[in-house]
Amino acid sequence: MRRLMGVLRTPLGLTATVLSLGVLVLAVVAPILWTDDAEAVDTSNILAPPSSEHWAGTDNLGRDILYRTLVATRLSVELALAATLIAVTVGLLLGTAAFVLGRRPGRLVGAGINIAVAFPGILLALFFAVIFGVGATGAVLAIGLAGAPAFGRLTQTLVASVAARDYVAAASVAGVGRLRSLFRHVLPNISEPLVVNATISAGGALLAFAGLSFLGLGVQQPQYDWGRLLFDGISSLYVNPWAALAPGIAVIIAGLAFNLFGESVAKAFGVGVVGGIPELPSVAAHLDDVAPVEDAGHAPEDVVLDVRDLRVTFPGPNGPIRPVRGVSFAVRRGEAIGVVGESGSGKSLTALAISRLVDDSGRVEADRLELLGSDLRAADTKAQRQLLGTSLAMVFQDPMTSFNPTQRMGGQLAESARHHQGLSRKDALARAVDRLRAVRISDPETRAHQYPHEFSGGMRQRAMIGMGLMGSPALIVADEPTTALDVTVQQQVLDLLADIRAADDVALLLISHDVSVVGEVCDRVLVMYAGRIVEDLPAAGLESAARHPYTRALVAAVPDMATDIDQPLAVIPGRPVDPSDVPAGCAYAARCPLASARCRAEDPPLVTEPDGSRVACWHAGEPIAIEIRDRELDHELEEVEAS
Amino acid sequence: MSLASSVAPAPRVGVLSHPWVRFGVRRLGRLLVSLWVLVTASFLMIHLIPGDAVRAALGPTAPPELVASTRADMGLDDPLLVQYLHYLQNLLHGDLGTSLISRLPVSDIIAQRLPATLELAVLGFLLAVAIAVPVGVTMGVLTRRGHGRRTELAFTTTSVVVGIIPDFLVAVGLVYVFGVSLGWLPVAGNDTASAYVMPVVALAIGPAAILARILRVEMVAVLGADFVRTARAKRIPNRSVYLRHALPNALTATLTLGGLILSALVAGTVLVENVFAWPGLGSTIVSSILNKDYQVVQAIVIVYGVGVLVINTLVDVALALLDPRSMIKEG
Repeated sequence: MRRLMGVLRTPLGLTATVLSLGVLVLAVVAPILWTDDAEAVDTSNILAPPSSEHWAGTDNLGRDILYRTLVATRLSVELALAATLIAVTVGLLLGTAAFVLGRRPGRLVGAGINIAVAFPGILLALFFAVIFGVGATGAVLAIGLAGAPAFGRLTQTLVASVAARDYVAAASVAGVGRLRSLFRHVLPNISEPLVVNATISAGGALLAFAGLSFLGLGVQQPQYDWGRLLFDGISSLYVNPWAALAPGIAVIIAGLAFNLFGESVAKAFGVGVVGGIPELPSVAAHLDDVAPVEDAGHAPEDVVLDVRDLRVTFPGPNGPIRPVRGVSFAVRRGEAIGVVGESGSGKSLTALAISRLVDDSGRVEADRLELLGSDLRAADTKAQRQLLGTSLAMVFQDPMTSFNPTQRMGGQLAESARHHQGLSRKDALARAVDRLRAVRISDPETRAHQYPHEFSGGMRQRAMIGMGLMGSPALIVADEPTTALDVTVQQQVLDLLADIRAADDVALLLISHDVSVVGEVCDRVLVMYAGRIVEDLPAAGLESAARHPYTRALVAAVPDMATDIDQPLAVIPGRPVDPSDVPAGCAYAARCPLASARCRAEDPPLVTEPDGSRVACWHAGEPIAIEIRDRELDHELEEVEAS
Repeated sequence: MSLASSVAPAPRVGVLSHPWVRFGVRRLGRLLVSLWVLVTASFLMIHLIPGDAVRAALGPTAPPELVASTRADMGLDDPLLVQYLHYLQNLLHGDLGTSLISRLPVSDIIAQRLPATLELAVLGFLLAVAIAVPVGVTMGVLTRRGHGRRTELAFTTTSVVVGIIPDFLVAVGLVYVFGVSLGWLPVAGNDTASAYVMPVVALAIGPAAILARILRVEMVAVLGADFVRTARAKRIPNRSVYLRHALPNALTATLTLGGLILSALVAGTVLVENVFAWPGLGSTIVSSILNKDYQVVQAIVIVYGVGVLVINTLVDVALALLDPRSMIKEG
């Protein structure tokens, strides 16, 4: 009932409901009130245009069009409902046949339904109209039977989904007859969608009936429904067009009303109510209070990427959300920088923002965002596209979904070369083959003609890297490039990236949640938490020189050869920060063993140390007195204490 | 599948294992079964009519000898199975029988009437696609994730309403406005180019609205896909991202549902032809039903049915060309 009320809450649903009720009321009331007016012949006033006496004029016997249209409501609705009833009944019989009859006969019925459904309703209706003859009865049967296959298919699908459920299977194991099971378990569970669809098809039947009567195959004189009035009125379209327009409008209103009412109910029952859309407030001022951070100490000439105070903001249901809150770093030529953090730390979004691929509902701001010295914040120009298209290579996380399934691999690689380097189709394809070979794909000529689904995951990821190498990249941004791959091919991809980097002095920005991967491939590591960099340190120092408690926790959570596999895997206690609700002070404070009152009140700035590393923590490098994970060591300590 | 082939794919032998061949064979099989059902149903149609179809066609005043001789000519006195085999044999030779009313060969009537209907259907289809693709793509881009909620609501409502209004009522409205009130366009026949405007528009507008709506939903889904981000990462113009990468992928799902809409468009010609007195199969089948000229009705039912089956098959082939994976899934 509440869901039915939901229908009334949308403007379309409300209109459809009111109109449907109006049509039904009219169907009951109109013949009682106006039959005499509708059938009063006035030969002195034939085919009169609309006047104050006859609002829609008169027909060829001087009868009032408006009254006739109103009175015709009952017959039109009755016939539509009768046809729907037939369609539903026959459809139910057909659709449940598979369940009741068992597998083989059921399949045959299903195949029959499938063939019949392929033919449009009006053709089926014409076919049955021939058999049942011209007239109202024949038309009801014709439209009813024409609608049956579609209903049968719907029922069949619904029954199949319910029949697979455990309690139905249990009932059949318990020896409950199929027919009994059908009425007790199956039908009650599919009644809701059936009723909703019956409402929609009542609208369809009404329109179809108007069609048949309009062709002269439906209702015959002296009876009249809307289609018949239309049939009679169309011949006098030049004299009194309202004789055709009035019943035409009535058909449209009633057909739309039933149809849209059914659709609204379906929507309300299926996917919930789509209410009013809240207006998005502008970015609130308090989001801007993160202090900009200086990133010192890089000679500009060898800087490939320079990022200062990068922020990314999205509109959210309860105000703007800022998942990246002021990130600053630089990448030098040939340098490999890893960005680590848990999911939700903003690392992937940082990568997208740098490469200007954030969905344009998000706002990217920065004090500086330069690739090879040119400002990426500027408008989207051809020169900028050229630069990004040739100097920046992207490798995405999921190679299974990152290629266009409808295009051959060679063409997908060649596309950027054709755009940015002006190569011909042939030359671009030749380069694509060459690049596929460069990323160690065997038989690249054949492979270039294949579709993505013919490649394995590892091959696709290598092809993705090859796509980045179509230009002459100065920077490869790889967002979790190995996460979706099998462990056995992960290493191949990492080795490939390392080789490319070594060979062409290409810088690498590797985004990963996996500290060990980053530690292996990268020179420097940026640790992100809640949209900020909390530590920036040499990769070699991850295990020994990490000063931020979060970095240390990340490193500690990595299992290595010495990890006791009997112990549960170490995890960082607590949950990552929700970007829509970042606490005051240090975002990590709630999970941090070192957290003090100051941490909860003041956000620590990212401070550059003399050795060039950076850390944002009030208690950086302080010893952490947490439970020691190493059981052996634990044991030894206990013994020491005991002695 | 043997263990050996699941470990290391054995070299495939023979043409039959080629995916395109397998797809073709299966699809052809389905087409033939559907054709057989269609032909048999149209054969049974005459026999399912209550009473004597020939008597009904010739009218109560026809002399009994004429009825008897006509029945004999049509072979209606033979056993049903013999009649059925004869019917199939004649069909294979393109012999569709003789009209009970005009005494003309039915195949001549169809040959004379089919072109007008084909023109109408093809033009209607082209117009529907010509409207639906740009509108659907544009609306998809405008209402992609996190954009244009109001536009989306307005477009969806409009397209639902327009899609529901049956073609013959659109036709009546058009006739009233452009034929009767403004007098710009002829209201009947197919003699001039301007006479094509209203029937084609009336036929196309509903399917266009439905197709555009489906295409918009698919575009929105595809524009959020990973491979569109990959395409954007190549920094090709947005136009290429939308048309070369997103559109073909949106079309596959659109075509699946669109196939039904297109066959409905073929059937829609019946009503539209009757509004505009279009000299095609649609006006012929209706007058033949009213005249009880069953041989003609039977043949036209087959023609329409074949049209629908051909469209469905073409849609499946187009799907396989657009998205080779659909061939394996569905073939």
